[in-house]
Amino acid sequence: MTDSKAQSDALTSIPALLARNVTHFGARTAYREKEFGIWQSWTWAEAAKEIEDLALGLLGLGIRAGDFVAIIGRNRPHFYWTMVAAQSVGAVPVPMYQDANAEEMAYVLGHCGARFAVVDDQEQVDKILEVQDQLPDFEHMIYVDPRGLRKYDHGRLHQFSHIQKMGSAAYDELNPELERRLAQLGYDDICVMLYTSGTTGKPKGVVLSNRNVIESSRNSAAFDNLTENEEILAYLPMAWVGDFIFSIGQAYWCGFCVNCPESPETMPSDLREIGPTYYFAPPRFFETQLTSVMIRMEDAGRFKKWLFDHYMKVARKVGAAILDGRPVPLGKRLSYALGDIFIYGPLKNVLGLSRIRVGYTAGEAIGPEIFEFYRSLGINLKQLYGQTEATVFITQQPDGGVRADTVGIPSPGVEVEIRDNGEVYYRSPGVFVEYYRNPESTASTKDAEGWVATGDAGFFEEGTGHLRIIDRAKDVGKMADGRLFAPKYVENKLKFYPNILEAVVFGAGRDFCTAFINIDLNAVGNWAERNNIAYASYQELAAHPRVYEMIQNHVEEVNRSVAQDEMLSGCQIHRFLILHKELDADDGELTRTRKVRRRIIEEKYADLIAALYDGSKEIFTETEVTYEDGRKGTISATLEIRDARVEPTSAKVAAQ
Amino acid sequence: MSSLTHKEEVPEGGYRTPDGRIIGGVLMDLKDITLRFGGVTAISNISFDIRQGEIRAIIGPNGAGKSSMLNVISGFYVPQEGEIWFRGRKRPPLKPYQVARQGVARTFQNIALFKGMTTLDNIMTGRVTRMKSNMLEQAIWWGRAEREEVENREVVERIIDFLEIQAIRKTPVGRLPYGLQKRVELGRALAAEPDLLLLDEPMAGMNVEEKEDMSRFILDVNDEFGTTIALIEHDMGVVMDLSDRVVVMDYGRKIGDGTPDEVRNDQAVIDAYLGVVHE
Repeated sequence: MTDSKAQSDALTSIPALLARNVTHFGARTAYREKEFGIWQSWTWAEAAKEIEDLALGLLGLGIRAGDFVAIIGRNRPHFYWTMVAAQSVGAVPVPMYQDANAEEMAYVLGHCGARFAVVDDQEQVDKILEVQDQLPDFEHMIYVDPRGLRKYDHGRLHQFSHIQKMGSAAYDELNPELERRLAQLGYDDICVMLYTSGTTGKPKGVVLSNRNVIESSRNSAAFDNLTENEEILAYLPMAWVGDFIFSIGQAYWCGFCVNCPESPETMPSDLREIGPTYYFAPPRFFETQLTSVMIRMEDAGRFKKWLFDHYMKVARKVGAAILDGRPVPLGKRLSYALGDIFIYGPLKNVLGLSRIRVGYTAGEAIGPEIFEFYRSLGINLKQLYGQTEATVFITQQPDGGVRADTVGIPSPGVEVEIRDNGEVYYRSPGVFVEYYRNPESTASTKDAEGWVATGDAGFFEEGTGHLRIIDRAKDVGKMADGRLFAPKYVENKLKFYPNILEAVVFGAGRDFCTAFINIDLNAVGNWAERNNIAYASYQELAAHPRVYEMIQNHVEEVNRSVAQDEMLSGCQIHRFLILHKELDADDGELTRTRKVRRRIIEEKYADLIAALYDGSKEIFTETEVTYEDGRKGTISATLEIRDARVEPTSAKVAAQ
Repeated sequence: MSSLTHKEEVPEGGYRTPDGRIIGGVLMDLKDITLRFGGVTAISNISFDIRQGEIRAIIGPNGAGKSSMLNVISGFYVPQEGEIWFRGRKRPPLKPYQVARQGVARTFQNIALFKGMTTLDNIMTGRVTRMKSNMLEQAIWWGRAEREEVENREVVERIIDFLEIQAIRKTPVGRLPYGLQKRVELGRALAAEPDLLLLDEPMAGMNVEEKEDMSRFILDVNDEFGTTIALIEHDMGVVMDLSDRVVVMDYGRKIGDGTPDEVRNDQAVIDAYLGVVHE
């Protein structure tokens, strides 16, 4: 064992882990990507060769240690190789959101002063060419897919495979330099820089060191016993810290295989073909998947429907208990085993979740019914709580200690404390180095002892030691009469209804709470079809009286449930309206990770909020929208405002 | 951005487009074509040419004879009078499959796909002219048949990738929305690796977004594979943006021929579209 200890001391960078994986797992598959209908694969040895060729090619283009390399594209092996190739020559990879518009890209590229960008296709090339004039430091762009780019000026534009060929051809001249740079990589050097999407203000560049990434990966891999035999599907944005840790950090630490889907649209069928053993998806994904299962079961024959309902009832009763290893009577176990043959097994297979050993969801609260549904099928779905600044992990749920309403216990090596204002603080080996070129923000987030403010309010549950998150600390406020106002708590309850895609609750400093509702076009559209309700557009469906009626019922149910919590009973929704357009990241209303940007919405829809509070029955409004190609237009609508029934709250709480 | 193309020379009979593309010599020359159905003259004495690498549009009001013209090119109709010259040689009256073998592929106005077959299989049928193995070999799946299937599948997969329809590879086309079916049909035509691609109203019935996508694919096909394209289209905006030269037909006669700008300002064309008082 001393041998492996000595080895792990030398494993102080991702390229070093790559070298180890080539030695230990050289012939095992490291990457797969579906292309031309076939899963193409690369072993660790082949991947290392691709990375080396690219690193040499980058040296040929004159890359310097400390340069930033922007990476913009969907999940493809090429881009993971680019990250490691950049690290190999001492440069810093900066993965970016590929659906960001040219303006957002210009900000990030300008902020880090990127000299190089490695991008997917013509779409990304065009975006960068559009803003290139604003970027004095920018030099070379490398693209993977040559389609449509043949006639472009190739002075500073290169094809990925050409750069690799160039690098490979110049092996003799450039390799000594590559070796020299590899030898210089240290544990505290920058591993990656990730821009946080930022619910307020401009994105910030979070600098993570090799130490942050490797220690977090090691600890979390040990927590869930991850091995080189795992298979993961890399489909979440590469700019997101989670994808970096799962697809680079843990994959290189453990030596497991990263599978890339053919295209974003084929993801569900690729998932089914790969059958990952370790899997992460945001709550929204599970919601959508469950909604589509339920919609299809509605269309199933009567016998099938009965079988499904019967065995789902069994699963709800004992599934989670069996998964957690709690005692379950033999008869129930037999019944569950039959259900597994008839329903759960085939269903999991269709969903691509048959082989899941460890599954995580995070980012938002997940509806308890959704969470229980997956767990009752025997899928080990757990929750974690994390941040880019923590290199993902703050708390995780251990096997056997999984619940829908908590985010688990502190991850190994992480200390968590709740300060007096209710805000959650943590300290860990994963704590980020700094915000790039932003010492003020760094200082206000991380104190001298290394404690970081999460910005979330929460508390530890007595008895179990599990952490519960209530809301963003800065969003938790007081209403006019001093009652606690936690908008996200209520919004989450609303969003658990499949018909509600998004909700925004207002009430800070006001006498009562009100809400904007976004309907889910899939779910409501399907419902409309079943009920013979005709509609021509999203706007028309959203304004339909029967849709209003349905949403009103949901709101009133939520009010009843909120009323039961003494602390938060003031957050019941008195008045609401259904928005005429979907909140959209292109309009700045959501972040790229689809979190609500409250301030911007408050500004943009000030007229609607005023109407919610002045008692009017309807309001005419005009809204600017941005189309996918960046053009702008306006839509106008007259929105109905409804009053919802609220439950009486106890005077005792209100008086406090 | 077109600096790289400056050195290339324009071949004889060709020209350079405003966006810097080089158009070659005459690929197909239609001389004095007249087509009659009994007493009805669908096409009367029309001549025009299609040059190597260009996007050529045929426009005209309803009933002008555009689809008949396309059917003459594809060999489905044999004109009573006139000559068709293809690649410098006079083409005798041929069956449509013989024309297809010569490198002419087409799509149809009212989608003509096998509704029960998958996208993949439909596009595979476009490879039929390239398959040499006989029915027996294919039935026992041996030797040449197997090799051919692998080769053809690869071509088809590249087309699927090109048209970005991976997600519907295994979906029966009858279940697909209209816009996607149109795309699959384009895929099948491309599978024949044609020199001349005929598109009969590729954008009929599409919404703006689908039209934009289809336009992009048509331009990319022309750019990437160098395919010559002749298309019929009703959406004037699309025609004027896409095509290099336009033939205008009305009542079976040619009333205009030239670049989109020339055609747009031609009095006869304006009259045909806006109507004039008949004396």
